[in-house]
Amino acid sequence: MSVYYLLQDIDKCIGCRTCEMQCKINKGISPEPRLCKVVGIGPKWVDKLPRASYVFMNCFHCENPLCVAVCPTGAMQKREKDGIVFIEKNRCIGCKLCLHVCPWGAPQWNPETGKVIKCDLCKDRIDVGLLPDCVDACPMGCLSFGSIDGMSEIIRIQYNMHLSVGEKIGPVSCG
Amino acid sequence: MRKEVYSICLMCSMRCPIKVIVENDQVSRIEGNPHAAGIEGRLCAKGAAAIGLLDDVERLQYPMIRTGPRGSNNWRKASWPEALEYVSQKLKSIIAKEGARSIVFGERWNLSTHISRTFMNAIGSPNHFTHDTLCKGSMNTACRSLFGYIDEQIFMDFSNVRHMVIYGRNIFEALDMRASKQLIDAMARGTKLTYIDPRVTVTATKANRYWMIRPGTDLAVNYAMIHIILKEDLYDHVYTERWVSGLKELKEFVGPYTPEWAEKISGIPAGEIIDLAREMSRDKPKVVFNFGFRATNYTDEVYFRRSIMILNALMGSMETPGGLFFKKDPYEVGGQPPQELNNQKFPKINPLRFDRVGTPDFPLPDPRTGVAQMLPRAILDSNPYPIKAAIFYRFDPICSIMDSKQTIKALEKLDLIVSIDINHSDIAGFSDVILPESIFLERTDSVFRVDGLIPQMFLRRQAVTPRYDTKPGPIILKELAQKMGVGHWFPYETMEELVDWQLSGTGFSIADFDEKGFVAYTDKPIFWERENGLKFKTPSGKIEFISSMFENAGLESFPEYHPLPLPPDGYLRLICGRSFFHCNVATQNNRYLNDVLPENVLWINQKTAHRLGIHDGDRVIVSSSKGDGKIKAFVTDMIHPETVFMLHGFGHQNPLARRSYKKGVSDAFIQDNATDRVGGSQALHSTFVKIKPV
Repeated sequence: MSVYYLLQDIDKCIGCRTCEMQCKINKGISPEPRLCKVVGIGPKWVDKLPRASYVFMNCFHCENPLCVAVCPTGAMQKREKDGIVFIEKNRCIGCKLCLHVCPWGAPQWNPETGKVIKCDLCKDRIDVGLLPDCVDACPMGCLSFGSIDGMSEIIRIQYNMHLSVGEKIGPVSCG
Repeated sequence: MRKEVYSICLMCSMRCPIKVIVENDQVSRIEGNPHAAGIEGRLCAKGAAAIGLLDDVERLQYPMIRTGPRGSNNWRKASWPEALEYVSQKLKSIIAKEGARSIVFGERWNLSTHISRTFMNAIGSPNHFTHDTLCKGSMNTACRSLFGYIDEQIFMDFSNVRHMVIYGRNIFEALDMRASKQLIDAMARGTKLTYIDPRVTVTATKANRYWMIRPGTDLAVNYAMIHIILKEDLYDHVYTERWVSGLKELKEFVGPYTPEWAEKISGIPAGEIIDLAREMSRDKPKVVFNFGFRATNYTDEVYFRRSIMILNALMGSMETPGGLFFKKDPYEVGGQPPQELNNQKFPKINPLRFDRVGTPDFPLPDPRTGVAQMLPRAILDSNPYPIKAAIFYRFDPICSIMDSKQTIKALEKLDLIVSIDINHSDIAGFSDVILPESIFLERTDSVFRVDGLIPQMFLRRQAVTPRYDTKPGPIILKELAQKMGVGHWFPYETMEELVDWQLSGTGFSIADFDEKGFVAYTDKPIFWERENGLKFKTPSGKIEFISSMFENAGLESFPEYHPLPLPPDGYLRLICGRSFFHCNVATQNNRYLNDVLPENVLWINQKTAHRLGIHDGDRVIVSSSKGDGKIKAFVTDMIHPETVFMLHGFGHQNPLARRSYKKGVSDAFIQDNATDRVGGSQALHSTFVKIKPV
């Protein structure tokens, strides 16, 4: 795993896909690749209320990334200092092996270049102290980003918010 | 060279403050304005996709004059002087023959609407109109009747509200960047949301209570809630005694409208209606009955919108934290608002408009907006007089006014159609002359006056040079006015000069916008004192349940409730709405937005679909007495069984906008041109349709 964590507050996400849009536009790529995407599940009826889940998916930046292991040219790499998995464009030959092995569909095909492109957590931005584009743009403010320690603090606060508010609706169904 | 430009987005109508980062005259990034309260750097998918518009080869690039038959898309490229000369010669000869009033000017309301009005005043025609009645006209009328203010002068406190009731305003899809975020944050802190809509939207999936109401019956539910609130004494006595007139009459009126009665009409159980009324009362005054955004559904729209505001008044939630507020203007702190060019002293014009607004035939709609959907019949019937020419500015009557076939038939009768636009819109394709406007990233605009608890001004500023041979609208209109011999009403050469003139007298200069993109008249929020300081602009100075505006026009404040007709056997009611990804009819051809949502589908209840032999994903024909179209069915149990739904704005007919050409179906081709004859809104949900498999 990278030393970062990208956390989604699923109660606040509305599935507007601004994260996806701002990401690809700022990377200057064509519309088709979705380096991150919010997958909407539902709606379905749960206790007479319509419920849906909007799940943010980018790349998990795995500890042992399958995409890096299968890449024949060494284009897919894990950054030593923080574990970000990224692709070096010039070395990609477009063999698509990474697309096949990733269980979460993170690597994307870029039809403009005939190569693979993927989420690199906007490493150029975080290197200068900025947030990844998806986090920065989110209209509902439902994404947070930081070091893994900081994130557990956010989760604890959110959990306690739910308890103290009391009247909140139960967990949404992913069915 | 890198620079940051504070500006205002125009990918939809919300006018969010943005920061544009420009490197070597190329937009490298658009962010929400980090200094603007409630925005703090965020933007939406449409705003992000503006970069796709900037370098798009499929937008209007230079003036064009038609060479083939109308709508055939045979054009020749023209220079600006040639195109403007062509238009002015035509207009002058029409004015000489038929008078200036035979010219109409229709636009999507925008920051430079004062320039359009100046143009029409200068040539002497009363026939300027905006899109407002296609959007929310009856809401405007309803608010004026109760408070003396229009809806735009009222806002809701989404941050501090404890319980909000929303009727079909899909706030978590058709985003209002500030309000949507404030509401979702408030809900995380325990605010309750009741959402009422015949269709399960994203907003419904977030709500604490959801009612799948029979479409068109919200008014009955509101009357029943008012009935319970008055019967069980659930209202704010102090507030209503001080500020409301007509409570007694209201009480008499709602006597027969019990929750049991409303249940029969709406399908909402009486017990739940009573529960909601009691819950709202418990949390008052920090409650809001959300008065909506689009208010163009039914022919009794104005009475429905009045009922919402009456509920707010009964809760005492007008002008209180967690409720609703009146927006404060600069005069409250001794300031001057920006000047508008149409306040010059023009020669008098006979006020009889094409839509008859302001006459006893149509007394209540706002004459500053007019009633757009009256245009096709006015042209076809030459009533009240012949209309010969139309200028459409960023407004597409073919896609926006219902019954497109009738609209096209009317347009065919005109001697001249001019479009000022950025897109190969349907109306641009049907015009005689196209005058292309620069997009918002390429032009400075008139000052955006923003009244509120803190009155402010924002500015849209040019970030990059125009990519094509285009100009800002106010420059196009000034140059056209010069050719018409009335250029002296337009005392500016550049947009910056226009802004300077607008700001003179405000105490601010254009440079004051450099730092944050906006200026504020004060740093302290302005509240009116609830006991004696509310400044209602009605004749009585109170909230008029019995409206003098209505009564003086010979209209009832509380006409007996008549349920809207139900769909006959074999028919379904067509309703429409908006999504995250598109703004009405203007963005379907954007390459990024088209990629995520290229076409609309028809939502149909699974029981209804089963009866009709329709499966999910089938192509079906949706038809009304006005038109038909082929569209993909989305079969679901998330919509009322008597209803079908489609997104507005698809099914474009201009082949030069290749990505959106004939993708999906245009609701306007199917809907009947129906109107709330009191409030002025078009009534989009008045059409019954048949659905059959292809």
